[in-house]
Amino acid sequence: MSLEQVIQLEKVNKWYDDFHVLKDIDLSVGKGQRIVICGPSGSGKSTMIRCINRLEAHQEGKIVVHGTELTNDLKNIDLIRKNVGMVFQQFNLFPHLSVLDNISLAPIWVKKMPKKEAEEIAMTYLEKVKIPEQAEKFPGQLSGGQQQRVAIARSLAMNPDIMLFDEPTSALDPEMIKEVLDVMVQLAEEGMTMLVVTHEMGFAKTVADQMIFMDEGRIIEQATPDEFFNDPKSDRTKLFLSQILNH
Amino acid sequence: MIITNSNLKIHNYYKWLQRNLFSSWINSFLTIIALIFLYKVGTFFLNWTFFEADFRYNFQGDLITDRILCSKNIVPGEYGACWAIIFVRWDQFIYGFYPTEELWRVNLTFALLPLAIVGVLFDKIPFRKYFIYFTFIFPFFAYYMLYGGPGFTVVDTNKWGGLLVTLFLGVTGIALAFPLSVFLALGRRSKMPIIKSICIMFIEFIRGVPLITLLFTANVMLPLFLPDGVSPDNLLRALVAVTLFQSAYMAEAIRGGLQAIPKGQLEAAQSLGLGYWQTNRKIILPQALKIAIPPIVNTCIGLFKDTSLVLIIGLFDLLGIGRAALADMTWTKLYYEVYVFISIVFFIFCFGMSRYSLYLEKKLKTDNS
Repeated sequence: MSLEQVIQLEKVNKWYDDFHVLKDIDLSVGKGQRIVICGPSGSGKSTMIRCINRLEAHQEGKIVVHGTELTNDLKNIDLIRKNVGMVFQQFNLFPHLSVLDNISLAPIWVKKMPKKEAEEIAMTYLEKVKIPEQAEKFPGQLSGGQQQRVAIARSLAMNPDIMLFDEPTSALDPEMIKEVLDVMVQLAEEGMTMLVVTHEMGFAKTVADQMIFMDEGRIIEQATPDEFFNDPKSDRTKLFLSQILNH
Repeated sequence: MIITNSNLKIHNYYKWLQRNLFSSWINSFLTIIALIFLYKVGTFFLNWTFFEADFRYNFQGDLITDRILCSKNIVPGEYGACWAIIFVRWDQFIYGFYPTEELWRVNLTFALLPLAIVGVLFDKIPFRKYFIYFTFIFPFFAYYMLYGGPGFTVVDTNKWGGLLVTLFLGVTGIALAFPLSVFLALGRRSKMPIIKSICIMFIEFIRGVPLITLLFTANVMLPLFLPDGVSPDNLLRALVAVTLFQSAYMAEAIRGGLQAIPKGQLEAAQSLGLGYWQTNRKIILPQALKIAIPPIVNTCIGLFKDTSLVLIIGLFDLLGIGRAALADMTWTKLYYEVYVFISIVFFIFCFGMSRYSLYLEKKLKTDNS
């Protein structure tokens, strides 16, 4: 591959006390790649992407983002978090702040941007996720789908190069999933590097250029969507796909 | 039959009585007993406090200047309270031994105190920003006014007393304890082991010791930690003890609020690149403090009442002044009047705080829905 490598994981291991969550994870993500990660619950997929912006610390191995290795050095962690956006299953919007303040907070406090400029940027991203009219509302007044779109706008306002999505549609009512996926597809089309943990296989087929299947803390299979869906190599993947596609 | 609105109301009222107070024979019996009891106690109290009481003059129309002039001491068994002691010693109850010609300074401070607090208590008042500015200026202003300085005579704190000392210790103690308690609560949840254990030890030690012990300790030990010749005055010593005591309790109330904030809030803030202090200041504390306000107010009520313990280290707070008044041969034995008066004053402040706490609980419920 001639792509510039933006994320590299080498022999990453992680334990929760005695429980071995990540086992010898090797992964390399090129600039602009869209990687969809799936697998049964408890397989370590969320933990893996949460290690990439150090919401969780790994104990062994090496994680390098944009040439900066993640260690206990707080400077490196800050540097990486500024360039890596994250969207959570539970949205995690700040309920005491308006939508506009939710989005402009980090640009103002982390990037030291003037308030006015930050709010203009916030409005741009709200338009991008198609809810500029909700700017003055509070998160509690929005639907789940709207909240998740605000959460995406909030991450994008920091102008990250990489976006991590941790089951962004799992907490949504079915009729709201599409509005969130549409925003994500649009983002993919614009060339954003994305790591997405999801069970939305339709989305995976449309945007992914790599599929990863994880089970019991290991990467079992990594392939292009075409191979992955039509000709999976491992039995575990086949079983998982049959369960998830026929439910 | 035509049922008019007022008929309906009376009907509903009657229904309510029947359902809640007279639903069965036992219930009716208890209701009647309770009513008789309330009537007896209520009439006794009202007669004693108002209808049969002396205020400034006795039943013969003489100005009461001595307890022997109280109507109840002239005709035993016929009359109620003798409030003259409160009137005669009013200035002492409110200001202690503060010089009479300087009392306006205390009055001005008292008058401005509500303005300093209102911005903190209510978030939807007009010009709140300016009230908050005033809140920060007020302590310096109050110090200058009460203690004195350039242009004003210095009034030493051993002349302070009564409600002034009670309010000073209560308000200043709470105001100083608040920032301290925020750091203690954050420290107790810190990942840094040394800071964490210092905070835990401090909180647990203070909570494990009665306030009286702390007051004695501050009184005796504080001078030991200071250079020779520097002797902080008694009021300051009491203030240190009260502040430390309050900060430990408040810290636990705030910790409760911090624990109620979902972990996702912290993670979202971190993933956006916000640092530890930014995350706490902008995301975690605003939410946690809101939840913690009712328990915080609870600890404030407790502290406000506990300030009366300072009388044992020789300060004349409201209770101390009351006891001093009773020690005066002219007024001795008017215990009920003095203690009832002091109770009423404490009750007014504590009830106010309690109502405020209830108001907040209601407000929080509607805010979060």
